[in-house]
Amino acid sequence: MSEIEFLSWVRGTGFQIAVIIFIAGVIIRLGEILLLGRKTNLAEAKGSEMGGGLRTVVTRSVPDKSTFKRSAFTIVAGYIFHIGLFVTIFLFAPHILMFKDILGFGWPSVPTPIVDALTVVSIIALLAILVHRMRDNVLRFITTTEDYLVWLLTILPLITGYIAFHRIGMTAPTLLAIHILSVQLLLIAFPFTKLMHAFTLVLARWYNGAISGYRGVES
Amino acid sequence: MTDRKNNKDKLPAGLDQHEGIHSESGPFEKTLGETLRSQGISRRSFLKFCAATASMMAMSPAMIPKIAHALESARRPSVIWLSFQECTGCTESLTRAHASTIESLIFDSISLDYHHTLQAAAGHAAEEAREAAMEENFGKYLLVVDGSIPLGNPGYSTIAGISNYDMLMETAKGAAAIIAVGTCATYGGIPHADPNPTGAVSVGDIIKDKPIINVPGCPPIPVVITGVLTHFLTFGTIPELDHIGRPKVFYGQSIHDRCYRRPFYDKGLFAETFDDEGARKGWCLYKLGCKGPTTYNACATTKWNNGTSFPIESGHPCLGCSEPDFWDGGGFYKSISMPTENITKTAIYTAAGAAAAGVALGAMNRSKKNSAAAAHSKTTIDDLEK
Repeated sequence: MSEIEFLSWVRGTGFQIAVIIFIAGVIIRLGEILLLGRKTNLAEAKGSEMGGGLRTVVTRSVPDKSTFKRSAFTIVAGYIFHIGLFVTIFLFAPHILMFKDILGFGWPSVPTPIVDALTVVSIIALLAILVHRMRDNVLRFITTTEDYLVWLLTILPLITGYIAFHRIGMTAPTLLAIHILSVQLLLIAFPFTKLMHAFTLVLARWYNGAISGYRGVES
Repeated sequence: MTDRKNNKDKLPAGLDQHEGIHSESGPFEKTLGETLRSQGISRRSFLKFCAATASMMAMSPAMIPKIAHALESARRPSVIWLSFQECTGCTESLTRAHASTIESLIFDSISLDYHHTLQAAAGHAAEEAREAAMEENFGKYLLVVDGSIPLGNPGYSTIAGISNYDMLMETAKGAAAIIAVGTCATYGGIPHADPNPTGAVSVGDIIKDKPIINVPGCPPIPVVITGVLTHFLTFGTIPELDHIGRPKVFYGQSIHDRCYRRPFYDKGLFAETFDDEGARKGWCLYKLGCKGPTTYNACATTKWNNGTSFPIESGHPCLGCSEPDFWDGGGFYKSISMPTENITKTAIYTAAGAAAAGVALGAMNRSKKNSAAAAHSKTTIDDLEK
């Protein structure tokens, strides 16, 4: 297989396989959660489920003071790489072209030096998070193999993307193909690992908020 | 000019081989230097060419007199040019590059003993010329090939009744080196494009025991072809090649990294169509399918038509013609970050199927939950005391 054939495969068949697994996995998992429903609450409602639910979806994005004090590093580094991922994935011009090709619409991009810098910052944040996790006895104890796998699958597209953009070591078609392949691995693992939190965090927060809202208390 | 023998000691390794190329021709054969002078090329412009070649090939200025000396004393190396499944674009590129450049004169000065597009002889007379050249210069002649070789059926492409495969194998035997010119000869090119009806392969696919220099491009840049010839005449060796056989001096950098429109890419300024504001302002052509980022060639630096411009400069995205399988790279006007298949359709069908599967699974889970609830019985103290 020549490198252009490899690139064509990841842009074609490989892309399709990854998208099929990703979409089917996410929809089936979300469908299962939603259709399972919840036990009917026989108590009298003292407030709105919807109001409390929606509010909590937003408010939980800001950590409360005591939580922040306890795990300031995790929260700050976590925020950094999540913002970095958002910018690199959704605001890099070549990526927007890909989304435009699939969705039918695009949006403005940010200049590549900004994306480039945020990629490096995100990689550093992810590395720091791993080191912190391995040095902390409690964190290390509760970390599963799946957690390490998810970490690896998250940092790989950033590293391969950085290398592909700067063409380090190998020729561009191979580097680009490896980058796309690393994203596909992420997409395939997504529905079956903790990566699903990107979707389930909304449901979980809404349920938490809705329970409190129904009782008429602040969540 | 110093005596050749004295100068030889200073020349780099590998020159021993070129001894064979430079000498051992008939006494009446003109040297390349003499040919150039008889064509009215001044020594000054000849040295300028040598300097340009040295800088192009990233050699030190100390090499300029050596290149000049080696070229001047070269005695018309015999070159056999075989054209197989091709369009003659590579020959056109070289011979019609520009009016009387030194590059084309260098090309004229090699002893092109066989080239069925350019030679006057035809049919068996032409084949005799090839056989004679092979015999006279066995082990020393340069073999240039353009076009791919069909393996599907020998009858797909023949010359004087000889299949391309047979002619290549026979002619390659006595070649000092092979220069595969154009993407067809180097990587199969357009005949090799899916579904490859003729079973086209490249020279490198079938010849494994000879040094092969790949000079891809559709067509290749003329100066790259003559640069490779000059290197061979000067040093008698083949230049340093990359992992797919291309001379690194010409194919070492991507079009994207050398593109004068690169700052617009970095700023996020793109032409969205061929006639919008961005196109008129000369912004980056990435969104119009430019393959510059994945293509290695010298277009952005040496340019075409005597350094006039190159495709991106005239407003058209790079097609990536010097890369293998460029014809099957997912569409010339589709950006390289875009998927080549219709992912929208895949996504919609998958979503529909998954939604149905999700509902079915949900229903199953619900009935499981309901039956569990129905089967639920309360445990009493009596039960526990049993």
